[in-house]
Amino acid sequence: MAQSEIKNYNVNFGPQHPAAHGVLRMVLEMDGEVIDRADPHIGLLHRGTEKLIEHKTYVQSVPYFDRLDYVAPQNQEHAFVLATEKLLGIEIPPRAKYIRVLYAEIGRILNHILNITSYAIDVGAMTPMLWGFEEREVLMEFCERACGARMHMNYFRPGGVASDLPAGLTEDIKAWADNYVNFIDDLETLLTENRIFKQRTVDIGVISAEQCFEWGFSGPNIRASGVPWDLRKSQPYDAYAEIDFDIPVGVNGDCYERYLVRVMEMRESLKIIHQCVDNMPGGPCKVDDNKVSPPHRENMKTSMESLIHHFKLFTEGFHVPVGETYTAVEAPKGEFAVYLIADGTNKPYRCKIRAPGFAHLQAMDFLSKGHMLADVCANIGSIDIVFGEIDR
Amino acid sequence: MDLDLQELCEYITDALSNDVQDSGVRLGELEITVKRASIVNVLTFLRDDANCQFKQLMDVCGVDYPDRELRFCIVYNLLSLVHNRRIRIKIWTDDEEPVDTVVSVFKTANWFEREVWDLFGVYFSGHPDLRRMLNDYGFEGHPLRKDFPLTGYVEVRYDDEQKRVVYEPVKLTQDFRTFDFLSPWEGAPRILPGDEKAEDTGEEAS
Repeated sequence: MAQSEIKNYNVNFGPQHPAAHGVLRMVLEMDGEVIDRADPHIGLLHRGTEKLIEHKTYVQSVPYFDRLDYVAPQNQEHAFVLATEKLLGIEIPPRAKYIRVLYAEIGRILNHILNITSYAIDVGAMTPMLWGFEEREVLMEFCERACGARMHMNYFRPGGVASDLPAGLTEDIKAWADNYVNFIDDLETLLTENRIFKQRTVDIGVISAEQCFEWGFSGPNIRASGVPWDLRKSQPYDAYAEIDFDIPVGVNGDCYERYLVRVMEMRESLKIIHQCVDNMPGGPCKVDDNKVSPPHRENMKTSMESLIHHFKLFTEGFHVPVGETYTAVEAPKGEFAVYLIADGTNKPYRCKIRAPGFAHLQAMDFLSKGHMLADVCANIGSIDIVFGEIDR
Repeated sequence: MDLDLQELCEYITDALSNDVQDSGVRLGELEITVKRASIVNVLTFLRDDANCQFKQLMDVCGVDYPDRELRFCIVYNLLSLVHNRRIRIKIWTDDEEPVDTVVSVFKTANWFEREVWDLFGVYFSGHPDLRRMLNDYGFEGHPLRKDFPLTGYVEVRYDDEQKRVVYEPVKLTQDFRTFDFLSPWEGAPRILPGDEKAEDTGEEAS
């Protein structure tokens, strides 16, 4: 009997596939409908952010961080300003810490709404997307009221935040947070016990805790595998040490639990937002040192000293003493870190951006092997990747 | 926590006395420079030793110092979840000498090393799949080196006649603007024109 040789089939997934979450090109080697090997090709959104930052002053570098993970820009800024402050050796006032934590959590919810709902659309549920974007719009309005920009805030600055919150904003955030619980409940009725959703996600893309360590996982993805690790708790920065919240942890580490962990995290974020608003201290929102933070606009009109400081800060920028630091924050996607080397001038010598999605996407081959083609979409959605931060 | 780090620093320096070149706690962060050849040993030790347990490799990063003899610094940032600590391991190399890959120790090093290869041109020997990571498939050069211009050498556009994307040398419609805002009385040392001659004669005289 003549034997025919069956060749593996190669499928090009993306870069224009709607479930590729941006510009992922993945070469899939298929055995029938089963994945043999997944080889993600990245870099289609590479903008040379690290190189550009080497040519910008420290304050000019902040907006680049908004454009990394454009779904939750606040958290990226947070890492960079913390790194800069560490090198400068400055301590920011408590109000600035609380404002930053408040907006970092808003960023986390922004991210989780987008992730959960777009994940739902990947596996076949349309409605959550439509509902979720309404909420995102409200949150972006809060961002706009604080700094004038809906998405790319450029609000966190070395030494505090750009400007104080306008009157009435915190009350509105609180009112929104009270209602938002209902949205999460509604979202859960659509997805959590949904038969189709569970069929697509339970036991898909399972990763154990030990494997998470090998692949450098962090954030919700490692927590879904049962590791109670959260930088906000273990290495608290800004006001997180004073805030009470829990870390949701999964058991199996499959796509479904990664979704559950994110839903629970939104509830925890609401707790944090409530505490931030309630305990928001008064006082200044940036350090009282005009060598780092610009003087008030009003003073500039009357005080020569302020005018000089303003001019120096926005042309030359401040000088950061020689040193290097690896500063990490718990971004919504995982450990987002900045490895910053200062050489004593007004520009960073090197600024390496450690994006959580980079490590997560690397595990795609591991996660998808032996699964069906349709599960690739579920896996991509569940590890929460955004190409702005992976390609940098 | 600093005292702990100091103790850990001494412990690692003792245990790996043949490999460690320099160590210290700077800005509250533990930093150890090791010999290039022993990187696999060092990372294996740090991963498996009970007092270290740095089970996660969070980041591998290259840094370019063109003035130095060994111009590239490869930085490994490790994290221990058990002890809640971080450590930074550094090795030095130049564009000729390959670095041993650590994929056998941490799987996640695969892409990070590809990225360093792509952006700096440091070769990792034994790497299973050393292709470019972030740049285009046929890209030439290593963009994060300090001698690589910010604007690059080539630009792409879609050519309607050839019906494909073509590469062309970069044409800047406006001069590349770089402002030196460093004030002359602080920051970088300023060399007055003519000063270098004075130093030359001084050396000759001595």
